[in-house]
Amino acid sequence: MGELKLMKGNEVIAEAAIRCGCDGYFGYPITPQSEVMETLMNNRPWETTGMVVLQAESETASVNMLYGGAATGKRVMTSSSSPGISLMTEGLSYLAGAELPCLILNVQRGGPGLGTIQPSQADYFQCVKGGGHGDYKLIVLAPSSVQEMHDFVELGFDLAFKYRNPAMILSDGAIGQMMEKVELAPQKARWTDEEIQEISGSWATTGKTKDRKQNVVTSLELDSEQMEQNNLKFQAKYQEIQKNEVRYEAIDCEDADYIFVAYGSSARICQKSMQIAREKGYKVGILRPITLFPFPTEQIAALADKVKGFLTVELNAGQMVEDVRLSVNGKKPVEHFGRMGGIIPSPSEVVTALEQKVIGG
Amino acid sequence: MAEITEALKNIIKPENIVSQKSSVLTNQTMHYCPGCSHGVIHKIIAEVINEMEIQEDTIGVAPVGCSVFAYNYIDIDWQEAAHGRAPALGTAINRLNPDKFVFTYQGDGDLAAIGTAETLHAVNRGENMVMVFVNNGIYGMTGGQMAPTTMQGQVTATTPYGRNIDLHGYPLKITEMLAQLPGACYVTRQSVETPAAVRKTKKAIRKAFENTKKKQGTSFVEVVSTCNSGWKMSPEASNNWMRDNMFPFYPIGDIKDGEKVNANDLPNVGK
Ligand SMILES: Cc1ncc(C[n+]2csc(CCOP(=O)(O)OP(=O)(O)O)c2C)c(N)n1
Ligand code: SF4
Ligand SMILES: [Mg+2]
Repeated sequence: MGELKLMKGNEVIAEAAIRCGCDGYFGYPITPQSEVMETLMNNRPWETTGMVVLQAESETASVNMLYGGAATGKRVMTSSSSPGISLMTEGLSYLAGAELPCLILNVQRGGPGLGTIQPSQADYFQCVKGGGHGDYKLIVLAPSSVQEMHDFVELGFDLAFKYRNPAMILSDGAIGQMMEKVELAPQKARWTDEEIQEISGSWATTGKTKDRKQNVVTSLELDSEQMEQNNLKFQAKYQEIQKNEVRYEAIDCEDADYIFVAYGSSARICQKSMQIAREKGYKVGILRPITLFPFPTEQIAALADKVKGFLTVELNAGQMVEDVRLSVNGKKPVEHFGRMGGIIPSPSEVVTALEQKVIGG
Repeated sequence: MAEITEALKNIIKPENIVSQKSSVLTNQTMHYCPGCSHGVIHKIIAEVINEMEIQEDTIGVAPVGCSVFAYNYIDIDWQEAAHGRAPALGTAINRLNPDKFVFTYQGDGDLAAIGTAETLHAVNRGENMVMVFVNNGIYGMTGGQMAPTTMQGQVTATTPYGRNIDLHGYPLKITEMLAQLPGACYVTRQSVETPAAVRKTKKAIRKAFENTKKKQGTSFVEVVSTCNSGWKMSPEASNNWMRDNMFPFYPIGDIKDGEKVNANDLPNVGK
């Protein structure tokens, strides 16, 4: 058993980053995730592991610092919340286009615009479908507990480097701000220069030695034939990720007639809703996607053969529901229930929605 | 013929070489328009890297602009940045790899318009890197639109009646502005239109890289340049136009040469 602590979701991100041997964090304050950088600055990891922590002048700068650092083969991360992620999307597209491994945390708040600082899941389209220009995808992990906030930092880096692709932890203000017991991983050493050479030496800008050609990190390719080839290579990679990396949690789905599909804090609410629904006699299960890209399409499709209907529960006007519908492909009704503006629905509200929209419908 | 070859053999000897292509320049034919300043500035940077023997330790950051392909010509490791963001990339490269020589290479649109915030804050933090700023007073790559540094009255694709200050704002002397920042140790403005000017620019760029070696902070080298295609002038006419019109407004010479501000010389409310 590792060290146990009671911590906020945002604080644990900082702790996990230091412990997994992250090389650098670049960020800009925004509620509800400012504790990430505050905790890092408080811990002064530059004095222990040598990790660099820098407050940038904007999210535009921090995401481009991520590019600069990632392109030297280092493990770098940033964190922000919705409006800041909007500002980063140009950079995310460049990171994906240059195939740079790195980690981005989005602690979502309600929009559009300045919106609210309260929790939301309204950035699903932006983060899961791309957000920036061009055909690209981020690997997207959706934690629903403080423990998963911790675990997904290292998992995010591992996947990012495995596929040379930016990874995102798509969280929300509720998970970021809530306190829970968490088991912390032991401290790992940062990668040495030799390890970086071994892992990323074939492409990273570590300095052109006599024995190799120059390494150039770029997303530019003006030859259309070649640019199409680059895109095909990205698509093949995304298919590989879809094949290998789907993660989800199925709760009481075996005997279920109805399925809640929910991730992050919505999945937490659904656990209580499921209990209430079962007490009322409805056989309800939960399919919680842990990876949003890759999405558990096959698992949902398999459920569609057995159950009577689905309700997606999201803190938005209906975004992930589109992916659930694509997975179910018309076989069974798929309805959406969501609250917006930072409102978190009560578990019984969700059950009422199930009764009205799916069971009664 | 044979006699000429014999004669040439006597001349082509290492001890007689006065100028040769730097080994840090690749053999790739440059895509720049004839007369463009970019090529000369690349050559200078390659020579400095060669002479300082830092090819293995130098990481360049290329801009979006005509010099987006700088990485095809200077044989070092490069990162290609989004438009204007090179100083943010440079910041992280430098912070995470403090023993490397980092430089950004940027045009006036890249550095002084879309990337102004990244430029200003990188210099203000005193990032230990070199910034080479190619001021040709126009957006060369996109077909000659107005740049922040376009002169009053100058005709461009987006100022077809000449830059009108009421309509388009003032030409931006960003180099003077940056010289005010405490993180800059060396700020200079040079040009490359004559052999003498090329030599001075080379000295400036060498000094900038030497500053990096000594971890002095940010060294900023502006090169007032021509864009004969964008300006729609011959290379010679461009040089004359630059001399007559740009040099009086963007005077050549050092603006700051010293050290970044010592933290002990600033009020410190934490003491
Ligand atoms: C976000 C974004 N906006 C606009 C452009 C289009 N664009 C490419 S280069 C450029 C201006 C380049 O001018 P400058 O930096 O002065 O370089 P030069 O070509 O003159 O050397 C512009 C506007 C872009 N690539 N990206
Ligand atoms: S358009 Fe101007 S800046 Fe671009 S290569 Fe031609 S002369 Fe040089
Ligand atoms: Mg220009």
